[in-house]
Amino acid sequence: MLIRRRPRTLLTVLALAVAAGGCSDDKTADAGGGGELVVSAATSLTNAFTAYGKSFDAATARYSFAGSDMLAAQIRQGVRPDVFASANTTLPDQLFADGLVQRPTVFAANRLVLAVPAKAVKVRSLSDLTKAGVKIAAGSPSVPVGSYTRKVVAKLGAGQSRTILANIRSSEPDVGGVVGKLTQGAVDAGFVYITDVTATKGKLRAIALPARLQPRVAYSVAIVKGADHVAAARAFVAGLTAGRGRRALAAAGFEPPPS
Amino acid sequence: MRRRRPTAFGVLLTLALALTLGFLTLPVVAIFADTSPRRLVDSLGDDSAQEALWLSLQTTVTALAVIVLVGTPAAYALATRTFPGRTLAITVIELPLVLPPAVAGIGLLAALGPQGILGPALQDTGLVLVLQTAGVVVALVFVAAPFYIRQAQASFAAVDPDWLHASRTLGAGPARTFLRVAVPAARPGLLAGLALAWGRALGEFGATLMFAGSFRGITQTAPLAIYDRFATDFTGALALSAVLVGASGTLLLTVKLASGPGAFGAAR
Repeated sequence: MLIRRRPRTLLTVLALAVAAGGCSDDKTADAGGGGELVVSAATSLTNAFTAYGKSFDAATARYSFAGSDMLAAQIRQGVRPDVFASANTTLPDQLFADGLVQRPTVFAANRLVLAVPAKAVKVRSLSDLTKAGVKIAAGSPSVPVGSYTRKVVAKLGAGQSRTILANIRSSEPDVGGVVGKLTQGAVDAGFVYITDVTATKGKLRAIALPARLQPRVAYSVAIVKGADHVAAARAFVAGLTAGRGRRALAAAGFEPPPS
Repeated sequence: MRRRRPTAFGVLLTLALALTLGFLTLPVVAIFADTSPRRLVDSLGDDSAQEALWLSLQTTVTALAVIVLVGTPAAYALATRTFPGRTLAITVIELPLVLPPAVAGIGLLAALGPQGILGPALQDTGLVLVLQTAGVVVALVFVAAPFYIRQAQASFAAVDPDWLHASRTLGAGPARTFLRVAVPAARPGLLAGLALAWGRALGEFGATLMFAGSFRGITQTAPLAIYDRFATDFTGALALSAVLVGASGTLLLTVKLASGPGAFGAAR
């Protein structure tokens, strides 16, 4: 009897194993659905877009927030959201060049800052990042925040930049990962957007970068070709440059697009 | 069970089985079909791919060693002793089986992170887990241990109590009985549990990313490297996936062969 039962137990455990392995944090909701507008957006837009979605009338906005590079890769693999909003202009431009999205619109700007846990004293300035034993979290090179970070560090000169890069202890898939490592105190400093620091409501402190180091952080949005809800997508994009979306972005700390 | 003439129910069963097989094998087949074997092999030559696979091997083997050393006696205790709260203990041990990996990650941070319950104590001992390889091992042990312990407990429970009793009567102490009688008798089940735990550990993603972070050579195991590559190097991601499919499949098959037809059950 016991031996006969064992296979069942085994299979149950196996099924659970497969289920557990498969449900790793699936931030990217499935696309499609009637009457809904599906928006793939950069993680850093989470608060602003969620607020905008509540006041958006044309359709129910459903979001999939992740690293912009991940969302762009999904579109290349055939995922079709209605709108793609990226934390840079490069990814939408590339998708446009490849005929996957319509002409992108730049709709907001942001600033990169050095963020530290509010009460921490280990890192007070950019130059502290070169100290031995300082732990830094950064976005992985392919996600916009990680690419901006590496641009900033590269401007510091070969010696300093090498030391700082050596202090990077985690390459996070999106800016949310960097914020998480900071708020949990797992690292001493990390490069994030000023809007991310604002969103933590005092848990993190921003150290501004000198003007000569500040990269141009522009956000670009595009309607995906073959989108199911084109009219709603147009209304959504229009609202980002003038309207409720613009106001939601401003409230979250985003700046108007560079002219 | 068997009928000569196909009944409607028989057809239904066949259809359900075919659907299940098709659905479950398609993504696995696609990993190999989506690109040429040559390109798969080429992208494995990459340093970071090899580092990720090597790290996965090291961390999973270490985690398994911990799981076996502590989990085997724990499972034996659960199978052979009765004590108050035993059912509760079993439930608690099985809980990580059904926890989403993200919950495991948050829980580990809240417990062992720098600001966690045991964070200050760990800091005093100088033991750092977050962003370290040791943190990966901790995450793997947490998610994979229940797979082994559950199976081990069932296997120990299936050992004929008369054997254990006879061993004791013949003068062997409880420890000797455990090592020389119970463990050998339960071995097929223990191996099966081990393989399942290994498979789960190899595939661990969410808890590792949240608790240990992702850094090449230190904490970026193969699943994290796959995620990292997805955006920039789809073929590379496929290649690493193919290796994991191969490894997991081999694990499962090894257990089936090693433990004989009885362990997985032939149709009867």
